[in-house]
Amino acid sequence: MSILLNKNTKVLVQGITGRIGNFHAEEMIAYGTNVVAGVTPGKGGMTHLGKPVFNTVKEAVEATGAEATIVFVPAAAAADGIMEAADAGIKYAVSITDGIPAHDMVRVKRYMLRYKKENRMILTGPNCAGTITPGEAMIGIMPGHIYVPGNVGVIGRSGTLGYEAASQLSAEGLGISTSVGIGGDPINGSSHKDILEIFNEDDKTKVIMMIGEIGGPQEAEAAEYVQKHMKKPVLAYIAGLTAPKGRTMGHAGAIVSGKGESAAEKVELLQEAGIHIIPNPSEMGSKTKEVMDKYL
Amino acid sequence: MDIHEYQAKEILSNYNVQTLKGKLAAKTSEAVAAFNELDSDICVVKAQVHSGARGKAGGIIMCKTEEEVKSASEKLLGTHLKTIQTGDNGKLIEKLYIESGCDIDREIYLALVMDRAKQRIVVVASAEGGMSIEELAAEKPETITKIEVDPVVGLTGFQARELSFALNLPKETLGKAVQLFMGCYKAMVELDMNMLEINPLVLTADKNLVALDAKMSFDDNALFRHPAISKLNDNSQKDPREVAAAEHDLSYVGLDGDIGCMINGAGLAMATMDMIKYCGGEPANFLDIGGGASPERVGKAFELVLADKKIKAMLVNVYAGINRCDWIAEGLVQIVPTVNLKIPLIVRLSGTNVDEGIKILKESGLPIILADTLKDAAQKAVDAAQQ
Repeated sequence: MSILLNKNTKVLVQGITGRIGNFHAEEMIAYGTNVVAGVTPGKGGMTHLGKPVFNTVKEAVEATGAEATIVFVPAAAAADGIMEAADAGIKYAVSITDGIPAHDMVRVKRYMLRYKKENRMILTGPNCAGTITPGEAMIGIMPGHIYVPGNVGVIGRSGTLGYEAASQLSAEGLGISTSVGIGGDPINGSSHKDILEIFNEDDKTKVIMMIGEIGGPQEAEAAEYVQKHMKKPVLAYIAGLTAPKGRTMGHAGAIVSGKGESAAEKVELLQEAGIHIIPNPSEMGSKTKEVMDKYL
Repeated sequence: MDIHEYQAKEILSNYNVQTLKGKLAAKTSEAVAAFNELDSDICVVKAQVHSGARGKAGGIIMCKTEEEVKSASEKLLGTHLKTIQTGDNGKLIEKLYIESGCDIDREIYLALVMDRAKQRIVVVASAEGGMSIEELAAEKPETITKIEVDPVVGLTGFQARELSFALNLPKETLGKAVQLFMGCYKAMVELDMNMLEINPLVLTADKNLVALDAKMSFDDNALFRHPAISKLNDNSQKDPREVAAAEHDLSYVGLDGDIGCMINGAGLAMATMDMIKYCGGEPANFLDIGGGASPERVGKAFELVLADKKIKAMLVNVYAGINRCDWIAEGLVQIVPTVNLKIPLIVRLSGTNVDEGIKILKESGLPIILADTLKDAAQKAVDAAQQ
């Protein structure tokens, strides 16, 4: 078991013929991901990387039964690409693109509400490295070889910090069930809490590591959920203790603009909710090992 | 991106929001001329800097005579205004906005924000204007009304009326209030703003609604579709290091420490800075070189960080996914001999092509201190800076 993605998941690549889409589609296929088709408007009928290319997501879904998609579409048109996937009945979409206007994402989120919860697409990202179920499949741009299969569920806003976590875990002899990037944007598809809910029901995941950062209310919301509903130990690291107020730290969403948004305040909230705090980013692996040895 | 008050008011006036008559002045003579032209008993000389809380910092001066305008202008122009939001350096006052006065009945707080919890636009208002929203939330939370807007239909008439009633506006002002709220919402959506704040919005003695101040912040990611807004950018209001970084499409934030940082990924960059602090040091900056960085880009980033003269050690930490460690190493090997580096350089590489990268660094013969892990790197940088 894993969440969102496994070796059988049929995956589409939107923008497969573009430079970036092509490069990462190749890596995903090499990793073992079941990529069934690509979509590039105007290039329907072609074959690319040995996969059929369709003009629309709808056609691709009808022909291949694709369930998941990765959207490699430039920022100006990315929102449209995500909505097209939702409309075509895709169950899970990953948006990698950095720089999608916030108002576009507000529209995307509202558009997804057209569908009943059971039919509604799950979106992770934008501005993330994607999702990987180690040893099975990846929908993303991460270096797949550093991920080892195991029982730790990982949720993170940052790509490279997720790589750091993966390598620290494997150095401790631990592995990952699924690692999910939720991205660094202020308006994003899924929150920490949304993914915690899914991990909570996954048999293979024994413990969850949450990698948060300054800005926004999503870590606080996750803390409340953990306190009330979580059946498994949760660890958390919050990046940005040294970040000054009111400054955007690279990620559009990494900005302390109000009360409760600084790293120190978030750490306090998470701690009160019974979450195991990882005091500094070099202890992501060792602290997880400690918690697993103690509670499992 | 932030803009100046006078620019925000010009935009608002295109959306049915009433503002007072005002003129821009870059010299004292222009300020005096503006006062005479406005022909008002009273005027306000306002420093145009990208910051709130200008009044408390002495950046807004009420004047009744030409002499008062002259002295206010001389006092402000060319100086740096230091507010609670600007940091110790303050912000350069290059322009003044000379605005006529009005007869105020009472002050209101109004803001439209991109709410991250609701993931849509929320209108925030309070009958208690003049205070900051943080002060209001702490001291008079019961006076705050919040209205969530459905992005499909936009702000509706009934929501605008609800706001007007919540603010206890007189019934003869209802139509004007609705028009104003709708105008603000339209401006926010059409121009991709993250935030629009009118504080205070005033009810005048003759029952008009006037924006006495205006603050706008635009979504940088949407500027590509608003060329006219992009032109309002004012680099004089920013840290010169950040302006230089932006020219190379690098994300940089200057800080006060002495360890220069060059890292890939915003999260890893923040984490590395945290680690430096944890090891007893202080980072001099945040810098994300981004994905797929070429040797040239690495060189540019390196020079940029090094331009900060406070730096006593330099830390490069790269966990390559779509980056390549060999490119990072090549970039360093090319740039280091050209900059006459006098401070220790600590490098930690991991991920894609790490072996090739480390080989390039070792074979270069340059005095580079290599580190294996994040902790090792931060500790070595802190030790080096303290020596």
